[in-house]
Amino acid sequence: MNTTTHYPAATTTQQIESHTLSVLVDNEPGVLARVIGLFSGRGYNIESLTVSETEHQKHVSRITIVTRGTPMVIEQIKHQLERLVPIHSVFDMTVQGPAIERELAMVKVRGKGEHRMEALRLADAFRARVIDATTESFVFEITGASDKIESFIGLMLPIGFVEVARSGVVAISRGPEGQGAVDKPL
Amino acid sequence: MAKEMTGAEMVIEALADQGVEHIFGYPGGAVLPIYDAIFHQEKVRHVLVRHEQGAVHAAEGYARSTGKVGCVLVTSGPGATNAVTGLTDALCDSIPLVVITGQVPTHLIGNDAFQECDTVGITRPCTKYNYLVKNIADLPRALHEAFHIAKSGRPGPVVVDIPKDIQFAKGSYFKPNEFQHKGYRPKVKGDIDKIKTAIELMRHAKRPLFYTGGGVVNSGPEASHLLRELVKLTGFPITSTLMGLGAFRAADPQWLGMLGMHGTYEANWAMHDCDVMICIGARFDDRITGRLDSFAPGSKKIHVDIDPSSINKNVKVDLPIIGDCAHVLEDMVRLWRASSATPDKKALKDWWQQIDKWRARKSLAYRNSNELIKPQYAIQRLYEATKDKDVYITTEVGQHQMWAAQFFAFQEPNRWMTSGGLGTMGYGLPAAVGVQMAHPKSLVIDIAGEASVLMTMQEMSTAVQYRLPIKIFILNNQYMGMVRQWQELLHGGRYSESYTHSLPDFVKLAEAYHAVGIRCEKPGDLDGAIREMIKVNKPVIFDCVVDQNENCFPMIPSGRAHNEMLLGDAAESVEDAITEEGKVMV
Repeated sequence: MNTTTHYPAATTTQQIESHTLSVLVDNEPGVLARVIGLFSGRGYNIESLTVSETEHQKHVSRITIVTRGTPMVIEQIKHQLERLVPIHSVFDMTVQGPAIERELAMVKVRGKGEHRMEALRLADAFRARVIDATTESFVFEITGASDKIESFIGLMLPIGFVEVARSGVVAISRGPEGQGAVDKPL
Repeated sequence: MAKEMTGAEMVIEALADQGVEHIFGYPGGAVLPIYDAIFHQEKVRHVLVRHEQGAVHAAEGYARSTGKVGCVLVTSGPGATNAVTGLTDALCDSIPLVVITGQVPTHLIGNDAFQECDTVGITRPCTKYNYLVKNIADLPRALHEAFHIAKSGRPGPVVVDIPKDIQFAKGSYFKPNEFQHKGYRPKVKGDIDKIKTAIELMRHAKRPLFYTGGGVVNSGPEASHLLRELVKLTGFPITSTLMGLGAFRAADPQWLGMLGMHGTYEANWAMHDCDVMICIGARFDDRITGRLDSFAPGSKKIHVDIDPSSINKNVKVDLPIIGDCAHVLEDMVRLWRASSATPDKKALKDWWQQIDKWRARKSLAYRNSNELIKPQYAIQRLYEATKDKDVYITTEVGQHQMWAAQFFAFQEPNRWMTSGGLGTMGYGLPAAVGVQMAHPKSLVIDIAGEASVLMTMQEMSTAVQYRLPIKIFILNNQYMGMVRQWQELLHGGRYSESYTHSLPDFVKLAEAYHAVGIRCEKPGDLDGAIREMIKVNKPVIFDCVVDQNENCFPMIPSGRAHNEMLLGDAAESVEDAITEEGKVMV
């Protein structure tokens, strides 16, 4: 073992990034389980996930996933997703952008008197709509980027925040081109 | 043209239309209609195994030795769960399989019925794709798609789960050519510009090396042929992974032997010091790379693979080429011939001189004995006795597997069946059953360890029933040898539970199965005993009693680099061979 040469360890630490992936899939039983199983099985993170059928004729659904990882991991996630048989195409909105991302939230706030007024004033500033009201509560509907929703919730906390339901992020690319159900490479 | 028939009949019809001649299986309640359909026909021959895991391994051996899709038929519940190990094994080693599982009737699914399990749920992570067919109209498509998915692109296992009422239901059957998959289109042609760049890199290489894998074997005999041509044209050295053995002739002077954890000194050093690495159909597995941050540090890496997710998974490569090995190799050979630039002859000569120095280290050398049979010696004698025969080798997993890879020189592809990715003990015996089924006239030998082979020993019954004269060549050291070796190197020689106590008398065991048992304990008797084994036209269990304490070297300890390998004669210094960091790795 005396003849070994020593090579310094290369720096492999890469920055952790957040990416939004838009995935077009065949809407068949178990397809979501395949996607989620891939993430849990390979130790990837899911920060947000939304899914709904978007083309009824072709039975195609769009899954939007927000995930975190190093660029190498993100590339792996993309390739691993593309490998799944019912997946048509995977777009990394963060890299292949520009894209628009939105989230919808319904925020329940409880309070009386001045707190009610303050809640309405802030909702107005955030362009949130009242979609349910009682004499002691509101439910606001708010859409926007995730951080806008975060700050709205933050402001509602001292006023009487009760709970929130969030849709998770949906995203679509800017410009005239669609993602389309292109043939996949594998 | 549509033909009316039951679901069970469709299964058999589809198998026949897909060219299936043999199916390995085990009956049960939820597949009885299919077994009834089997009873009524002679197109597809059923091979009754003794455990469903054996059925899948047999189909793997069948597939890997023929290049065809292996087929399995098992029942619901325990039938399906017993198949899971084989499915995972096939997924890891990219073996094309279609596994048909019975399921409880559709109206009982989800009710915890007798012998019900969530087969598609359980097999989702261990198959390339799976189907639960809940409508008879979907069955022909599912069956044909299963074959297409299993064998195209990166091959893998596909499960088709068929509830019993669907097997009874009547519907229209369509032939395979009337279907096209709606989205799945594997890319087989490599990007020609990238291949040109690769040829350019190879032309200017000073210390080039081919590193090939199971992908070349999977791609078919043509890929091996083209690989040989390219290696000959370039004059570059070549090494291969465990799965890729046989794609290149081991007798060729350009062959460096297997690389990786138990690879040769010259292959690993060449890998470490190369400046252009041409990886074809291999996936930079941890057994190959060793410590990642010092893996081939000064090299430009070309990576040819059909699976984009293999690219940059473990190792960042400089030039990825997505495509089937045979297609890319064909382009490479053509472009190399057409290219006018001449390779750096002087640099290549220096490189070969360096390699010869490493070769001179004779890393596979071992101290032979007149008293005890050394396992390496046993494999060498087995090779000498069989090298001129039409021979297929399967293995179990452990030391014997590595010695087989090191000392049995494979000259042709599809002759070597081993569990590489998953490392499944008990693979070899049933795999040998499958290989012998496909090649009834050939010599099929399972090089085994006594611990591994006991995991699927029941398949001896299958071998006897179908008169398959497989040879189980057991290197019997009375230990789970690789476990014992790691305990010696890593855990202070505390051999916790690795001694295989209360072993059966393998000769008597063979006789109990109505097979032939042979025991050999002395090196001097070995050649005669091997001759006798080959001569017998019956299944044989050969109990080769070997040195208990022999370790498998060379070895790259976990967490070390290629240039830090341990050699057999340096084995005294093994205590500090593995760092604290390395100990937590597998």
